[in-house]
Amino acid sequence: MSKEKSFTDQLWDFFCSLKLAIMTLLVLALTSIIGTVIEQNLAQQEYLQKYGMSEGTFRVLDALQFFDMYHSWWFLSLMGLFAVNLICCSIKRLPRIIKIVNEPVLVADDGLFRTFSNREEIVTADSLESVRDKAAALLGKRFAAPVITEQDGKIHLFSQKGAYSRFGVYVTHSSILIIFLGAMIGNVWGYKAYINIVEGSSINQVWPRVGKEPIPIGFDLRCDDFEVTFYDGGGRPKDFTSELVVLKDGQEILKKTIEVNDPLSYGGLTFYQSSYGPAGDPTFKFRVRERATGETVEVSAVQGRHVELPGGRSFAVNQFAPSYDKFGPAAQIHVNSADGTHGNPFILLKNFPEFDERRGGDYIFTLLEHQQRYYTGLQVAKDPGVWVVWLGCLLIVLGSMSAFFLSHRRLWVQIQPLDKGVGVKFGGNAHRNQPAFALFFDELKKELNDALTS
Amino acid sequence: MTSSLFFNITTIAYFAAMVVFILYLTAKNKTIGLVATLVCWAGFAANTVAIGLRWYEAYAMGYEQAPLSNLYESIVFFAWSILLIYLIFDLKYKQRAVGAFVVPFAFAGMIWAQWSLDATIQPLVPALQSNWLTYHVFTCFIGYAAFAMACGVSIMYLIKVGKEEHAAEESPIGGILGMFPSVKILDDLNYKAIMVGFPMLTLGIITGAAWANYAWGTYWSWDPKETWSLIVWFIYAAFLHARFTRGWVGRRAAWLSIFGFAATIFCYLGVNLVLSGLHSYGG
Repeated sequence: MSKEKSFTDQLWDFFCSLKLAIMTLLVLALTSIIGTVIEQNLAQQEYLQKYGMSEGTFRVLDALQFFDMYHSWWFLSLMGLFAVNLICCSIKRLPRIIKIVNEPVLVADDGLFRTFSNREEIVTADSLESVRDKAAALLGKRFAAPVITEQDGKIHLFSQKGAYSRFGVYVTHSSILIIFLGAMIGNVWGYKAYINIVEGSSINQVWPRVGKEPIPIGFDLRCDDFEVTFYDGGGRPKDFTSELVVLKDGQEILKKTIEVNDPLSYGGLTFYQSSYGPAGDPTFKFRVRERATGETVEVSAVQGRHVELPGGRSFAVNQFAPSYDKFGPAAQIHVNSADGTHGNPFILLKNFPEFDERRGGDYIFTLLEHQQRYYTGLQVAKDPGVWVVWLGCLLIVLGSMSAFFLSHRRLWVQIQPLDKGVGVKFGGNAHRNQPAFALFFDELKKELNDALTS
Repeated sequence: MTSSLFFNITTIAYFAAMVVFILYLTAKNKTIGLVATLVCWAGFAANTVAIGLRWYEAYAMGYEQAPLSNLYESIVFFAWSILLIYLIFDLKYKQRAVGAFVVPFAFAGMIWAQWSLDATIQPLVPALQSNWLTYHVFTCFIGYAAFAMACGVSIMYLIKVGKEEHAAEESPIGGILGMFPSVKILDDLNYKAIMVGFPMLTLGIITGAAWANYAWGTYWSWDPKETWSLIVWFIYAAFLHARFTRGWVGRRAAWLSIFGFAATIFCYLGVNLVLSGLHSYGG
C-alpha cells in the first residue's frame, strides 16, 4: 500500500473533517453578520438614500447578493457545505459506533485492561465460581446485570449502561438535516400570503407575497366582526380580535375569534391577525322629528349620501368624529332646502340627544347609532414542512441533551485461577464525564474488594 | 415593601459580594470566601423576591403578565439568571474564586438597570401577550447566563495561563493567581458551562421560532435578532467541536468562549440598541 493518499481519499477526509466543521461554523457566523447590518430586500432607491451609497457601491453589493444574502448562492452553498460535512462525518463514524453498541467487547484481554485509567487487581482465596457469582451479583445490584463468558479457563464479566447515548451526537447532526429538509418542503410546497377582509364580507382567495396572481383557497372565509380595544388611559392597544367563519358550499364549518398570538387553522392554511383599518364610510341611525307635524321617523344614513326626509326634503352627514372635544361622538350634518341647495351644517352630539331641539330648525335630529366598518388584515401561511422542522427541533434537543449529559459506561471483570487462589482484574471506562465515572468506579472497587476478601 | 426596594438591596448585595470576593483573593482566607458566597445567596434571594413582587405589582395594576416585558425587567432577570447558574456551579464544583469574575456581570447589569433604564411597569402590546414569552425568555437567559459564566472562567484561564508560561516551572504561582483554580479545572468549567448554555440557547431559539410561527406564520425570517442568536449558536457549536481537535483546546477555546459571550451580549443588547427589527421593543 502506498503512503500517499489518493485524491478522492483526501477529498473524503476533507469533507469528514472536524476542521472543516469548525471553519464552516465560524464562516457562517461571520458572514451572517452582513445581513443584520445591511437591511435586506429594500428597493434600490432606499439603499441609495438610507445608506448614502453611490450607484457603483450599490452595483457591487448587489452583484455579491448582499441585499438578499440569506438566499444568495454563496450563503446557500455554505449551508450546503455544512450539510455535506454533517452527512460525511456521520457516514464515516456511524458504522464504528453501531459496532460498539451492537457487538460489545465481552472479553477484555490484558492489553485492553492496560488502556483503562480506572482499574483494580485483587487476589483472593475464594473459588472461581464464588468470585464469579459475587462479582455478578454486585454488578447487577449496583450497575447492570453482566454478560458472563467463559473462555480458556477464565471467566469474563461485562456490563454496560447508556450505550445508546453514543447516538446522541448523530441524532443531533441528523436533526439539523431534518430541519433543512422541512425548510425546503415549506419553500417548495408552501407560500406566505395576506388578505384583507371587510367586516361582514367573505373571501375565497389570498394574495401571495411573491407573485401577482391571487391563490384560490378552496373555501370561503368570512369576517363577522373586528374589534380593537385599548388599555385604559392611553392609546396602547390591548387587543385586536376578528370573528372568522369558514364556509364550504355555504355551510358554516368552523368558527373562531382570532387575535394576535391565536390564529385560525383550516385546510392546511393558517390565518394570523396582523393589521386592520377602516373600510368605507361610517354609517348612522338618526331619529328625526318634523317640528311642524310632530311626525317622527328613524332613518339610516351613510356619510356623504343624501337621505329623504318626510316632507320631501333630504339631509346628509358631512363628517363624523368618534370623540369631539369632551362631548363624545359627534356628527356634522346638513339639511337641503326645498330648492335642493345645501343648508348650513350643524352638529349633533350622541351623548346629548335633546341638544338639536334648541337649534330651532324644521327638523329635530337625534343621533342614535353610529358605526364604522373595519377590515381585518390577515397573514396567511401554508407550510407543509413545518412539522418536519418541529420534529428536527425535538430531535436536536433530545440529541444534544443526551450527547452532553449521558455517557456510555462499561465495566469488565476478568477472573482467572492462579497458582494460589483466584486473580481478579476489574476495569472500566466512560465515553464522557470521566471524573464522575472515576468516583463511581472507586466506590465500586471498594465494594468489590470487601465482597471478595471478607 | 416594594420591588424597587428589593432591587436596590440586590444591587448592593452584588456589589458587596464583588468586594468580598476580591478580599478573599488577596487575603486567601476561606472564611471570607464563604462570606462572599453567602452574600451572593442573600443578593439572589433579594433578586428573586424583587422579581416576584414586581410580578404581583403588575397584576395589581390589572396587567396579567410575567415581569419580562421591557429592557429593565429583562436586565434584572439576566442578573438573576447569572447568579442562579453561578450558585449551582458553586454548589457542584466549589470553586469559590470564580465568583470574582462572574458576579461583576450581574452587578454591571443591575447598576445599569437601576441608573439609566425606565423602571415603570407597562402593559404588554398584543404581539407579546403569549405564554411563549416566558418559555422563550427563560430558556434564552439561562443560556446567556451560562455563557457569562464561561466567559468569566475563560478570562481567569487566560490570565493564569499567561502568568504560568512566564513563571519558572519549579516555583508555584503565588499571589492572587494562587487562589485561582488550576488551568485544567478552569478549562473544564468553561466547557461545562457551555454544555449547559448551548442546549438552553438551542431551546431558546426553538421556542422563539415556535412562537414566531404561532404569531406570524413564519418560524424563521432572518430578522437581526434571530440571525444574531444563530451567530451565537454557530460560535458555541464551533467551540464544542474545537474541544475534539488538537490545537484548538486551551487558549483558543478560551478566546472562542469570550468571543461567544461578546456575540451573546450583542445579540441581547446590541441588536436592540444598534440595529432594528422584530424585537425593537426591548430598546
